Amino acid sequence: MEKQEIINKANEAMAEEFEIELGDITPDAIIKDTLDIDSLGLVDLVALIESLFGVKIQNTEIASIQTFQDLYDYIESKMN
Amino acid sequence: MKRRVVLTGMGIYSCLGKDLEEVRQSLYDGRSGIIFDPSRKELGFRSALTAYLEVPNLKGVLSRNQRVYMPEEANYAYVATKEALDHAGIDEDFLNRNEVGLLYGNDSTAEAVMKSVDTMREKKDTTMIGSGAIFQSMNSTVTMNLSCIFKLKGINLTISGACASGSHAIGLGALLIQWGLQDCVVCGGAQEVNPYSIGSFDGISAFSVRESDPTKASRPFDRDRDGLVPGGGAATVIIESYESAVKRGAPILAEICGYGFSSNGDHISVPNVDGPARSLMMALRESGMDIRDIGYINAHATSTPVGDKNEAKAIDSVFGDYKPEVTSTKSQTGHEMWMAGASEVIYSMLMMQNGFIAPNLNFENPDEDSAKLNIPDKRVEKNFDVFLSNSFGFGGTNSTLIVKNLK
Repeated sequence: MEKQEIINKANEAMAEEFEIELGDITPDAIIKDTLDIDSLGLVDLVALIESLFGVKIQNTEIASIQTFQDLYDYIESKMN
Repeated sequence: MKRRVVLTGMGIYSCLGKDLEEVRQSLYDGRSGIIFDPSRKELGFRSALTAYLEVPNLKGVLSRNQRVYMPEEANYAYVATKEALDHAGIDEDFLNRNEVGLLYGNDSTAEAVMKSVDTMREKKDTTMIGSGAIFQSMNSTVTMNLSCIFKLKGINLTISGACASGSHAIGLGALLIQWGLQDCVVCGGAQEVNPYSIGSFDGISAFSVRESDPTKASRPFDRDRDGLVPGGGAATVIIESYESAVKRGAPILAEICGYGFSSNGDHISVPNVDGPARSLMMALRESGMDIRDIGYINAHATSTPVGDKNEAKAIDSVFGDYKPEVTSTKSQTGHEMWMAGASEVIYSMLMMQNGFIAPNLNFENPDEDSAKLNIPDKRVEKNFDVFLSNSFGFGGTNSTLIVKNLK
């Protein structure tokens, strides 16, 4: 899957699941702040990414994913 | 010294309407909320009869992070509780400054449990169940959600007393206020309506199979009744000490005068006469009232052959020759189960406030026990100032409330 395709697919799904505007999601934005989620909401993000891409974000790795760019990079690295 | 307990607000979401006014009109008109739901046949139900109500859409009302923890019944409970707080004139500022309690009846979260287990089995990955499932699946889901949404700071507890849950919630809330442990408590009951929650109930042949005419199926006390019809939604009342209500200038609608309770100590599903009769007598004793003070009895009667028969015997044994009107609003709503004890207090309140008694629908022929009661099958225009409400549940749990008009 091309990087841009990953980005588009993830952004659309996150906007719908967390009820935010698509335009609020920018590469450098902090995920937790933008999606307005706490540690419980992160569980839903992990489940969403797994259902979309078949990529399971491990508990030990999630702390290193702060921005949306981090997330896109992580998904791409696991898919390839 | 016991304190007086008054009722200052009500809210309801049921098959009879989405607020107090819609429900009042439905009661007055004697409208049934029962339908035939074909999808239940596809699930193998013996009876596809059910009360009909839409799950409220709270998107835009509550945030995603609030809604994700709420199962169906919590949605109903939110709407009912918002209406009740508004009705009582209680705002966010009051809730912030006072330790307002919450006691709510609930005894199942079947759909939420089912969905999470289905996901676990399918995905073999518990993360995929999501963050909301645990909070939706716990029996205390309604109280945990409402207490967080409304920022309640007093007692926070779910009452699970089967089909008497809502009634016990109000009774126990009244006790806390009487003894000075709380000044104000949000009480109520909620009931999920999805088919998964009551499939097992259908499985024991508890439901009416009069599917050809859904509005005729729930016929409490009628000779030809053949079982109950499941219903649901949520009902909330605000109760507080008389002093608290006066201090804040609240609308004082009624007084909770008596709470009686008992356990049959008998069969798990078959009710008896002695247990309910003791609950009735305890409520009367606690209220300090004579039977002749009671102007109307809202019966538990669910339209099952044995249950209605034994309740009729219990009422007759306590009231004897004095025969106030007795009806079961379940003839209109079906059996609202965990919610019923709270909703039926509200139905009775709406009747008391508006000077009528809704008809006991489908009471066409009495049996030998119901013939001893005064059961109107048509609406009665009547002013009354005190009602008694019965709620009984599986396991033989019984609750009776006596409420007096103060308006």
